[in-house]
Amino acid sequence: MSHGRSPAAVETNALTRTFGARRKEREVVALQGVDLRVERGECFGLLGPNGAGKTTLIKILTTLLLPTSGGATVAGFDVVRDPLNVRRRINMVSGGDSSGYGILTVRETLDLFARLYGVPGAEARRRADALLAMTGLAEKADTRLSNLSTGMKQKLNFARGFMSDPEIIFLDEPTLGLDVEASRDVRAFIARWVRERPERSVLLTTHYMVEADELCGRVAIIDKGRILALDTPHALKRSVPMEPVFELQVGSGGAELDGLRDVLGIRSISHHAHPATGAIELKIVVDEDQVIGEVLGKLKAMGAPVLHLAKSEPTLETVFIHMVGRGLTDEPAPDSETS
Amino acid sequence: MTFAETVRINLGAIWARARVRVVASWREKSWVVGETIFPFLAMSAFVLVYRGLKAPPIYEAFVVLGGAMIAYWNNVLWSMASQFFWEKEQGQLQLYLITPVSRMSILLGMALGGIVMTTSRAVVILVGGVLLFHVPLPLDRALPAFGLFLLTLGAVYSLGMILSSLFLLWGREAWYTATLFQEPIHLVSGFYFPVRTLGTIGAGLAALLPITLGLDGIRQIFYGEAAHGFLPLAWIPPIQVALLVLFVFLAQRALATMENLGKREGRLTLRGG
Repeated sequence: MSHGRSPAAVETNALTRTFGARRKEREVVALQGVDLRVERGECFGLLGPNGAGKTTLIKILTTLLLPTSGGATVAGFDVVRDPLNVRRRINMVSGGDSSGYGILTVRETLDLFARLYGVPGAEARRRADALLAMTGLAEKADTRLSNLSTGMKQKLNFARGFMSDPEIIFLDEPTLGLDVEASRDVRAFIARWVRERPERSVLLTTHYMVEADELCGRVAIIDKGRILALDTPHALKRSVPMEPVFELQVGSGGAELDGLRDVLGIRSISHHAHPATGAIELKIVVDEDQVIGEVLGKLKAMGAPVLHLAKSEPTLETVFIHMVGRGLTDEPAPDSETS
Repeated sequence: MTFAETVRINLGAIWARARVRVVASWREKSWVVGETIFPFLAMSAFVLVYRGLKAPPIYEAFVVLGGAMIAYWNNVLWSMASQFFWEKEQGQLQLYLITPVSRMSILLGMALGGIVMTTSRAVVILVGGVLLFHVPLPLDRALPAFGLFLLTLGAVYSLGMILSSLFLLWGREAWYTATLFQEPIHLVSGFYFPVRTLGTIGAGLAALLPITLGLDGIRQIFYGEAAHGFLPLAWIPPIQVALLVLFVFLAQRALATMENLGKREGRLTLRGG
């Protein structure tokens, strides 16, 4: 599976996983022939809605689940035939989960998991200090887990995943349930971790577009167990056929804006007055970018000052909707066959 | 990874998992009271009943030794056998399963921690029984009794390792299963009376449990013929060794089976998608 190159951080080959067939239940196909290659040093995103198969893929790659067919390697080791060598090189954080025991303190919890990976005591203390500082838990180091808030427990779980300084870390919805500020801290930490350790790899699953867009060099869009697209966020966004859309704000003193409809190349135009400022907000769809120059000239001629001008870019959500026909947070159709 | 490195990591894992139990046993004050004072009161009730019935004083000694040993069996059921099930319910089991340590090290850590945790309860019952009820305990025979006690603990906790895997597969019924294993075994194990009282067949079946045999042997070491032993004392240590070896082997097999089955059917973790 290595194609003559150095072992990839993660490589899957026609990976398929089904559930339920053994118990004569309706078979649920969670992954269907997934082919994926995550390079060393890469932060790779797997973007998809709930039930797309992201967690199933992570479970297989972390040796918690066997594939039904196909294969997968992590750091060059087969997840089925050589799970121990895989486990020595990985760690995982599932967002929304907590780790440890209520009776232990935050520091004792990190120490517990450090020992399970054979991290020497002094190094474990150094890493714990750094991670506690990063997660804002330093002041809670000697607090029992039973006295932590849910958000703090999740931050601790996140720190726990990095205690072993893994070659490859699997982050399964790492910011799930965290507040905005904590999510931002977590994303900043991941970005720094990847930057400071160019040989380390991250496989991040998320259904938050911002997360994938901000952190990942490449993103795969997954739905119903299938990889629908795989490229850089920029290339994915460019792949969506979208007419140029401009958003303008013009001063309220402007003349009759309907006159803009005379400009050649404008496909549609809508406007409304801002309720607080009275400024007119325009959304103009044009055939090509150059048309906006004529629009600006016309506005100037009308005596309507332009306060703001921005071109709307497609987002990863746009890409997902274009490919799947529904939003990331929308429920799948009732006849969905995946879990 | 070298052999020495593998050993080092696994010893670290045993210590780390045992430490959770040890810390828990001393940090939680309500636990200390609940696990020492209350069981002592339960044991005292049996002593007072025997005293009220004017039973031979040796029966009070049976109760004290049984009360000390029963603590270990309860620990095996509630903190050992059920543990993997609870760990799974809390989403913690998967964190252990993705580590590079042997699953047996995790179980061994749980067992050693449980033994340390439970010994405080056993000591309170034993010392309290001797001091408060003046139960005779010939200290000159303490060393061989302690040896058989350690052998018994080894076999009992190895059985706990097997149950831990089985409870995980039985899933939601773990709570009920633990209860099922608790009360009948309290009855047939002779914690509060000589197991020979159950008759040859009953005692023979009960003797399949290492805790029954161990208690029978320890009583014989301390009180000789008066202990109304079921099996000859000389048979008991070799049987316990055999059970220990068998249970450790079966525990390894059960653990591997549980893990493979869980990985095949997706039953090791809760979250899907």
